[in-house]
Amino acid sequence: MADAVVVLEGVRKSYNVGTPVETEVLHGIDLALGRSEFCALMGPSGSGKSTLLNIIGLLDRPTSGQLTIDGHVASGLRDRDLTRLRGHTIGFVFQYHHLLPAFTALENVMMPMLVESGRPDAGMRARADELLASVGLTQWRENLATNMSGGQQQRVAVARALAMQPAVLLADEPTGNLDTASAQAVFDLMKRVNAEQGTTILIVTHNRALADQCGRIVEIVDGRITSDRRLEEKARLDAHQEARRGEG
Amino acid sequence: MNGLLPFEWIAASRFLREGRMQTAAIVAGIGIGVGVIIFMSAALAGQMRNITQRVLSSQAHIVLVPPQEVARPLRGGEEAAEAALVQKPFQRVRSIDQWQTVIKQVAAMPAVVAVSPMAAGAVLAVRGEATRSVSIQGVDAEQYFRIVPLPEKVVAGTARLGADDIVVGADLATDLGVRVGDKLRLAAASGAGPTLTVTGIVDLGSKVVNQRMTFCALHTAQALLGLIGGVSSIDITVRDIYAAEDVAQRISALTGVEADSWIRTNSQLYLAINAQRIANTTIRFFVGLAIAFGIAAVLIVSVVQKSKEIGILRAMGASRGQILRVFLLEGAVLGLIGSLFGSALGAAAIILWGVLLKNPDGTPLFPLDLDPKLFVASAVLATLSGLVAAYLPALRGARVDPVVAIRG
Repeated sequence: MADAVVVLEGVRKSYNVGTPVETEVLHGIDLALGRSEFCALMGPSGSGKSTLLNIIGLLDRPTSGQLTIDGHVASGLRDRDLTRLRGHTIGFVFQYHHLLPAFTALENVMMPMLVESGRPDAGMRARADELLASVGLTQWRENLATNMSGGQQQRVAVARALAMQPAVLLADEPTGNLDTASAQAVFDLMKRVNAEQGTTILIVTHNRALADQCGRIVEIVDGRITSDRRLEEKARLDAHQEARRGEG
Repeated sequence: MNGLLPFEWIAASRFLREGRMQTAAIVAGIGIGVGVIIFMSAALAGQMRNITQRVLSSQAHIVLVPPQEVARPLRGGEEAAEAALVQKPFQRVRSIDQWQTVIKQVAAMPAVVAVSPMAAGAVLAVRGEATRSVSIQGVDAEQYFRIVPLPEKVVAGTARLGADDIVVGADLATDLGVRVGDKLRLAAASGAGPTLTVTGIVDLGSKVVNQRMTFCALHTAQALLGLIGGVSSIDITVRDIYAAEDVAQRISALTGVEADSWIRTNSQLYLAINAQRIANTTIRFFVGLAIAFGIAAVLIVSVVQKSKEIGILRAMGASRGQILRVFLLEGAVLGLIGSLFGSALGAAAIILWGVLLKNPDGTPLFPLDLDPKLFVASAVLATLSGLVAAYLPALRGARVDPVVAIRG
């Protein structure tokens, strides 16, 4: 793929390397995600989805194979450079939102920028305000993260993941813990980000109804990609309407 | 979120505020420890000053005396038999050779505060039928009072030392039945001696000393003891009492005169003070160590509790260094706040001590100082120990694997 943001070539991941219980969980994954692509990653529990997501998110290192993120070859980078690359190019949304409980919604959104520049400033605050407005949570900005509903927390988490304008947004079952309406709202938010900002999104989900609204579905079983298909616009719209009807 | 503070400060202060109970408990722990250290340091300093003041206010820090006389048997050549036993000679009352020069040399030393010549010896005090063996100290009042503040010890009369005046110890006055204004005859071994007027009665703090001690003018004593123009000893006060032995050795090397410091003449007292100082320092060290371990324990728990947050921060791009600094700062801040609290506790204890524990005469048992240096030092030390204690937990925090932390 010419304009690929994420490229994995022959990525393998083993645990307990060099011991009798060495286990390979990813067996040579080849995958490329283009700019603005919205891709769902599906598969049964233990198939290696989260491991793959952590490797793409530069939180984990592959045992072998090459990983390129936004033009940077990540394999062999030192920890410090990996951290910097992660901060600039990757945004995470986790299943359990993982907001920092000691900080307000606004401060949580500011946090990636604060970590990057070292000191808070007015620009950061403005950007965080803007992001909170875009997820419809302006009035909750001064609330502590713990004083919000699950759906609201997850929307804050999405706003936070977008703070650094990352090239790639990785979401590990972001709606897994939410009711159907909140799940659809969070999902719609990510679709809008994808459409408006051109952010590449990779979302791990068990929810077939949500996956069908993505442009591409990659399925992984036992550490191997078993299916990789792109959906037509019409099919996605149908799936979206179906989901809406289901909510109603 | 304060725009002036860097990320590490913001995160550290929020984490501390979030774990309020934990923070309050460890701050209280550090505070009590620092309070104990401050109080013990003040008590030690006060006690040592008190003891040394009491002991040293009635004696010189260094006393110069003429070298001891030794017998030198004549060598009689090859034929003569040599004595196997050499008897030690009797030590006469002798003058220090060239004592004016010695005084000038000693007074010029920067470590020396005051120098005073003295002609001292044993005589008999006679009043009617009563006779007492006393020690007469002939001194130059102006110089001697800078070493032993005799006027402060007067219980009757004044500490005036004219040619015909004598100041006597309180118990001696009782034994002889003299009062201020009475006459007292002194007799040297030869039998002759002047009759002096008692101008003052002094209490030198010890019965034995009060029974024997008398003071008169230098030239009166010189005449009485047959030391015309000479002095039997030179009293010296030094700036740093604990350097007295060192100064004494330097004086001895400089002048060739024998120099005895209070440290040598009161070696038991000095050893007792030193033992107390060592015991006190040991206790303070272990209290400090307990504080450091307390901080470390709290931070280790905090790192475990916060590992998920650390994982999220790492996933957002926070470096290991940033996480390390957050927890180091937590340790330092805990140490600092704890020491401020401890300073207040220590100060309160010192003030209470002064108010509650008093001598029968209403003066404090012994005075304790609120020395600002002590507070600054304890704040700096507590902050540093917080920093050191935080190092291992902080390292552990920095090594948190974000994958494991987030999954867990």
